[in-house]
Amino acid sequence: MTRLRWWCLSPAGLLLGLLFLVPLGIVARYSFLTRGPYGGVELPYSLENYKLLADPLYLAIFVRSIGYAGLATALCVAAGFPLALFIARSGRRRSLYLALVVVPFWTSFLVRTYAWMFLLRDTGLINTALLRMGLIGEPLQLLYTPFAVILGLVYGFLPFMILPIYATLERLDPALVEAAADLGARPMDTLFRVIVPLASPGILAGSLLVFISCLGSYLTPDLLGGGKTIMIGNLVQNQFTAARDWPFGAALSLVLMATILLLLLPLLRRKEGLL
Amino acid sequence: MDTVLELNNIVKRFETHTAVDDVTLAIPRGSLFSLIGPSGCGKTTTLRMIAGFEHPTSGELRLNGQRIESLPPYERNVSTVFQSYALFPHLTARENIAFGLRRKGVRDVDPAVNKVLELVRLAGKEQRKPQALSGGEKQRVALARSLVLEPEVLLLDEPLSALDPQLRVQVRQELKALQRRVGITFLLITHDQDEALSLSDYIAVMNKGRLEQMGKPQELYLHPKTRFVAGFMGPMNWLGDFGLRPESTGLALEKPAGAPSRTGVIRTSTFLGNCLHVEADLGQGLHAVCEVPRNGTSYQPGQNVHVWWHAADEIHLQP
Repeated sequence: MTRLRWWCLSPAGLLLGLLFLVPLGIVARYSFLTRGPYGGVELPYSLENYKLLADPLYLAIFVRSIGYAGLATALCVAAGFPLALFIARSGRRRSLYLALVVVPFWTSFLVRTYAWMFLLRDTGLINTALLRMGLIGEPLQLLYTPFAVILGLVYGFLPFMILPIYATLERLDPALVEAAADLGARPMDTLFRVIVPLASPGILAGSLLVFISCLGSYLTPDLLGGGKTIMIGNLVQNQFTAARDWPFGAALSLVLMATILLLLLPLLRRKEGLL
Repeated sequence: MDTVLELNNIVKRFETHTAVDDVTLAIPRGSLFSLIGPSGCGKTTTLRMIAGFEHPTSGELRLNGQRIESLPPYERNVSTVFQSYALFPHLTARENIAFGLRRKGVRDVDPAVNKVLELVRLAGKEQRKPQALSGGEKQRVALARSLVLEPEVLLLDEPLSALDPQLRVQVRQELKALQRRVGITFLLITHDQDEALSLSDYIAVMNKGRLEQMGKPQELYLHPKTRFVAGFMGPMNWLGDFGLRPESTGLALEKPAGAPSRTGVIRTSTFLGNCLHVEADLGQGLHAVCEVPRNGTSYQPGQNVHVWWHAADEIHLQP
C-alpha cells in the first residue's frame, strides 16, 4: 500500500519537478543576473533588479493589480455563490447546468476575449444597441478601460468560483436548512447563518483560485485594457519581450509569487489549518 | 378533550402517488402521541406537513384552532427533532440551542439556554461542536434546541432509531419522563410498535396513506379495528373469525376442560431467551404461535397437542 502511494505521487511529481521547479530555479537565478544587450542574461550577479522594484511606478502597478484581482474575486463571489446555490437546488437538472458552466472552456480563451472586444468596442454590439435605442448620443468608452479588464477577469474566472462552491453546497444536508426554518429563521437568516458559513470552505477555495489567476493574468488586461501596462502580468511580459530585461522580468515574477504567498498565508493558516 | 393540533381531511399527492390520503386526526394537548406505520405509510409526510416543510394538496391543519397549513415553517409554533438531529456543525452545542431564541429576537439567551441544558443533562458539554458529541448527546442537543422555544407541539422523527439498541430502551423512558416534566405535546413518529406502546398516551396507526385507527395503546393492542392494526401492534394468530395474541394462546398435551381449544401438530419451536415460541399447525391452512415458558413442557416437532385459550382473550375486529 505504501509503495502504491508513492507511485501515485510520481506522475505529478515528475511533471512538477521537471516543468515547474526547474524553470522556477532558472527564473530565480536570472533575477540575480544582469541584463544582456539583446535580451538574455549576463554576469555579474547583483541585486539591482530588486532595487528597481521600489520605483513608485512599479509599486503602483502591484497595488493596482492586487486591487483589480480583489475586486474581480469579490464580484465572482457575488455572482458565483447564488448561481452555485441555484444549481445545487436544481434537482435532476444539476448536471445540465454544471455542463453549461463549463461550456465556455470548449472555446479558446483568446477567442472568447476577442468576442468581448467585439461587444465592447465603440462600434460594438452594446454601443450600437444603446445608440439605436437613443439612450446615448455617442458611443461609450467601454473597451480599453479598467471596467473592461475587470469584466474580462470576472467572466474568465467565474467558473473557478462556481465549481468549488457548488461542491460544498451539494454536500450540505438539506435537513440543516429545514432545521433553521423550523427554529424560526427566515430565508435570509438561513442563508447567512447556516448556508454561507457551511459553504465557506468552497468560497475560500474559489476565491484563492480566482484571486491567484487574476493577479497573474496578462491576456485579459492586454486585450481589454488596451495594451497599456496595467497589471503585473503585462509588466512581466513586457520585460521578456519589448523591454528585453529578462533579469527584471524574473525578479518581478518572483516578487509576484512572494506577494501571493504573503497575502494568502494568514488565510490558509486560519481557515484550513494547512500550515 | 382539549385539542392542540387538528388535521382535517389532509391529502398530499406527489407526481406519482398519493402519500397521505384523507387523514383526520386530533392531538390532545399535553399528550405523548405516536404516529406509527410501516415505511412508506405516509407518517413522515404527515409530520413534514405539520412542520411546514411540505404543504398539503388539500385539507386543513389547525394549531390551537388557527389554520396553519399555508404558513412557512418559521411562522409555526411547532418544532422538529430530526431523525439525523440536523445540528449545525459550525456551531457549538450552546449556539445550536440559542439559535432559535436569537431568531425570535431574545436579547439575553443565557438563562433559558442554561435551564434547558440542565433539563437534558448537557451541562459541561455546551462548548463542544456536534462532531465532538456522542449520538445520545447529539440527540439531547436537538431536543434542547427545540424545547427551549417552548413549542405548542414538539415533532420527533424516529427519535430513537439512530441510537444503539441498548441505549434505546433507556432513552425511551427518559423521553417520556421529559415529556411529563415539560408538559409539551410530543408527536412522535416511529415504525417500532414496542416503542409506541411503551411510550405513548395515544397512538395513531397509518397504512398506505390512510389512518387505520387511533386510540390508547391498550385499545389498539386489545381491540384493533382492522386486521392490519392487529398485526402491526404485535404478532397475531388468526383462527377464522377471531384472533389471539401468542401470549394468550396456550399449549397442552391433554385437552383442557372448560376452555376452547383446537388440536394441532407442533411444527417449530423457537427459543427467544425469556420464553419459547412454539408454532402449531391446526389444519385447514391455520396455524398458531404459542408463547410457552422455557422451563415448562418441552415440545418436539411432529407432536400432537391441544392449542387452547380463554374466550375473553379472543380479539374480534370491531369495524
